[in-house]
Amino acid sequence: MELSGAEIVIQSLKDEGVEHVFGYPGGAVLHIYDAIFQQDAVKHILVRHEQGATHAADGYARSTGKPGVALVTSGPGATNAVTGIATAYMDSIPMVVLTGQVPSPFIGSDAFQEVDTVGITRPCVKHNFLIKDVRDIAKTFRKAFYIATSGRPGPVVIDIPKDITDPNIKIPYEYPKKVRLRSYSPVSKGHLGQIKRAVDRMLAARRPVFYTGGGVVLDNADEQLTELVRTLDFPITSTLMGLGAYPGSDKQFLGMLGMHGTYEANMAMHETDVLIAIGARFDDRVTGQIAQFCPNAEIIHVDIDPSSISKNVRVDIPIVGPVKSVLKDMLKVVSEHKKRPDEEALKQWWAQIKRWRGTQCLKYDEKSSRIKPQFAVETLHRVTRGDAFVASDVGQHQMFAAQFYPFDKPRRWINSGGLGTMGFGLPAAIGIQIAHPGAEVAVVTGEASIQMCIQELATCKQHDLPIKIMLLNNGYMGMVRQWQEFFYDGRYSHSYVEALPDFVKLAESYGHVGMKIERPEDLEGAMKEAFSLKDRLVFMDVIIDPTENVYPMIEAGKGHHEMYLPPESELV
Amino acid sequence: MRHVISILMENESGALSRVAGLFSARGYNIESLTVAPTEDESLSRMTLVTRGDEAIIEQITKQLNKLIEVVKLVDLSEGSHIEREMMLIKVKAERAHREEVMRLTDIFRGTVIDVTDTSFIIEMTGKSSKLDAFVRAVHEELVVEVVRSGPSGIARGAKGLTL
Ligand SMILES: Cc1cc2nc3c(=O)[nH]c(=O)nc-3n(C[C@H](O)[C@H](O)[C@H](O)COP(=O)(O)OP(=O)(O)OC[C@H]3O[C@@H](n4cnc5c(N)ncnc54)[C@H](O)[C@@H]3O)c2cc1C
Ligand SMILES: Cc1ncc(C[n+]2csc(CCOP(=O)(O)OP(=O)(O)O)c2C)c(N)n1
Ligand SMILES: [Mg+2]
Repeated sequence: MELSGAEIVIQSLKDEGVEHVFGYPGGAVLHIYDAIFQQDAVKHILVRHEQGATHAADGYARSTGKPGVALVTSGPGATNAVTGIATAYMDSIPMVVLTGQVPSPFIGSDAFQEVDTVGITRPCVKHNFLIKDVRDIAKTFRKAFYIATSGRPGPVVIDIPKDITDPNIKIPYEYPKKVRLRSYSPVSKGHLGQIKRAVDRMLAARRPVFYTGGGVVLDNADEQLTELVRTLDFPITSTLMGLGAYPGSDKQFLGMLGMHGTYEANMAMHETDVLIAIGARFDDRVTGQIAQFCPNAEIIHVDIDPSSISKNVRVDIPIVGPVKSVLKDMLKVVSEHKKRPDEEALKQWWAQIKRWRGTQCLKYDEKSSRIKPQFAVETLHRVTRGDAFVASDVGQHQMFAAQFYPFDKPRRWINSGGLGTMGFGLPAAIGIQIAHPGAEVAVVTGEASIQMCIQELATCKQHDLPIKIMLLNNGYMGMVRQWQEFFYDGRYSHSYVEALPDFVKLAESYGHVGMKIERPEDLEGAMKEAFSLKDRLVFMDVIIDPTENVYPMIEAGKGHHEMYLPPESELV
Repeated sequence: MRHVISILMENESGALSRVAGLFSARGYNIESLTVAPTEDESLSRMTLVTRGDEAIIEQITKQLNKLIEVVKLVDLSEGSHIEREMMLIKVKAERAHREEVMRLTDIFRGTVIDVTDTSFIIEMTGKSSKLDAFVRAVHEELVVEVVRSGPSGIARGAKGLTL
C-alpha cells in the first residue's frame, strides 16, 4: 500500500483502533484534514477552541480507558492546546496530541505560526516527538500510543511539519506490529517478597486504612481492590482522583480524604498504624503538613512509578508495580496466609470510626429557603440514580460533587485534580458523551468556570450531544471567596463575578434548552424534566446560596486532625 | 553531598534538553554536565555532577530514569570510581614568567600545546581538584582564559554501564 504522509497519519490512527479525533484545522494540518475528508473510519469532532479539543480527548480517555486523540494546527493551535495537555499530564491521562508544524525547511526561521511545540510542551508531556521524515510517521505513532498508554500513562505530543504530510509524496505503508524501546520498559509485576512483607504487616495491623487513588482507576483494578478491602474488612478512603474505584455508598468507605475530605477519613489517617496506599501520590492536598502526616503509621505504597514512591512522604514498604497485578498477588498471599486480620482490634477500630462518623461532618442546612449546592448535587444523584457520568469544573462545586455524589463505579467521576483547570468540565463532557452515546452525562460547574470554555456549547449543538449542565450559580468564584473569607478577613478581592450573562438565553442562542431554577422545591422536578429530554442539551442555571462554604476544610499546611467543620456539625 | 551521575542515553537531538529541562523545572542544581556519543553512535554518555541530600538524589535518579530516552544510569558516587576533567588554559607568558609557568605545568603533568611570544596554551587532565589547584598556582594576573570540560566519570572494576 502506497500512502502519502497525511494518509499515513490517518491510517496509523485506524491501525491503533482510534475512532474519534477532537480537533481544529489550520494551515499546517491542511493536508491531514484533506485526508480526513476522504475517509470515514476515523471521525473528527470539530471543537471551538483547541483547549476544548484536548479536554474532550481527555474526557474520552478518562471515561473509557482508551487513549484520547486531539489534532491541532501549529503556533496558536498548539499553544491553545497546552492547558489541556498539562491537565492530562498532572492526572496521568493517556492521550496523543497531534500538532501541525511549519514545513521542516522553515523550522527555526520564525516562520508564520511557528512555535517550538516540542520545547513548550516538554515539561508537561510524558514524551514528545518531532517527525523529520515521512518514513518515520507510522513507527512514531506506534511508539507514541505505546508510551501514552503503558506504565504510568500520560499525554504524548507528535509534532508534524507540513512537508512531511505532502499528499504528492507516497511511500509504502506498513504499521509496525511490535514496539520495543530499549530505554523504556514499565514494570509488569510487583516484587513478590515485598508483597508478602506488606501482607504480613496488613494482617498484624490494629488500625489499618486503605488510601487509594487515581492509579486504581487508571489500571481498571476496581474489582480487585473491592475484593481485597472486603476480604480484610478494613476501612478505605480515596483521593479525589480515585473516587468510584471502590463503591462510594459502601459501609467500609469513609469518603474522600484530604483538604476537603471527611472527618472520619482524615482522623483515620491520623490514627492509623498501617497505611496501605495504592495508586495514590501523596499530593499536598492530601497530606497537609508532612510532619504531621500519619504520625503513627507504617506505610505500604503500591505505585508503578518509582518516582512517586518516597517523593513527599517516606515509605516503609514500597512496591513498584501495576495496581491490578499487585492486588491480585496480595489477594493470593492473603488467602494462603495462616494469619487472619485481628478481629478484636478491628472491632475497636470500627467503633472508633463510628464515633468519628457521628460528627456528621458533611451536614448542611437542609431547611434553607435557598438552594444549597449540597442539596443540588444530592438531587442530581437521585435523578440520575447515581449512575451518570459526572464531569466537573474547578471550585466549590467540584468539591460538593465529590462529597455528595457517591460514585459506585470507576470512570464516572471526571475532573481535573492535579492542575485544577477551570474550563475542563464542558469539553470533557463532550468527550464522554461521544464515547458513550446513550449514557447520561452531567456537567457540574460554576458560573466562573463555565465561561472559560463556553464556546463548546456550539460543538455540542453540531454533534447533537444531549449533555446536562448543572450550573451551581453563586455569583462568586466561590472557592476563592471562601479562602478570602477564612484567611483574608473577608476582603473579597476580585472574586465576585459581575456582569453575568443570562445563561438561559445564552443556552438558547446556541440552540439548546435553558432553565433557571431558584427554589429548592422546584429543583427535582426541573432536573427530571431536563434529563427526560433525551436528545437535547439542557443548561440548568441553578441559583444557590452564595455564602455556602465547603466543609470540612484543612487549611493548607495543617495536620489531618485540624479541620474546620460545618456550623451544623455535631462538634461545633 | 556531591554526586556524579553517569547516564547512557539515546543519541537524539532532544535528549540533552530533556535532562537540562528536568533539572531546572524541579529546581535541582547541575554543577557540570558533559555529553558525547559513545562507541555505539546511537547512544551518548553523559556525566552529570549535582548536589543534594539523599532524598533529592534519589528523586533525581528516579526522575532521570523516567525520561524515555534514558537507557541506564548509575550514581558513580555510590562506589569507587574515576573522574577526569580536561582543561585548556591560556596564560600570559612574557619573558619573566615563561620559566615559572613551564615548571608549574611540568609539576602538574600538563602540556604546553600552543606558544606565542607572550602566551601559552596548556592542556591538562586530571581530577577537578587538581585542575583547581593548578589554576590557583598560576599567578592570577597571568590567566587569560580557562576552558574546562567538566568531569567525566567511570566506575572502577570490570563491569561497565552498557546495554
Ligand atoms: C480545588 C481542589 C481541591 C482539591 N482537594 C482535594 C482533597 O480534598 N482531597 C484529595 O484527595 N484531592 C484533592 N484535590 C486533588 C489533588 O490536587 C490531587 O489531584 C489528588 O489528590 C491526586 O490524587 P492521587 O493521589 O490519586 O493521584 P493521581 O494524580 O491520580 O496519580 C495516580 C498515581 O497512581 C500511579 N499509577 C498510575 N497508573 C498506575 C498503575 N497502573 N499501577 C500503579 N500505579 C499507577 C501514578 O504513578 C500516580 O502516583 C483537589 C483539587 C482541586 C482542584
Ligand atoms: C484556569 C484557572 N484559573 C484560575 C483558577 C483558580 N480558581 C480555582 S477555583 C476558582 C473559582 C471558581 O469559581 P466558579 O467556577 O464559579 O466555582 P465555585 O467555586 O463558585 O463553585 C478559581 C478562580 C483555576 N483553578 N483555574
Ligand atoms: Mg461560582
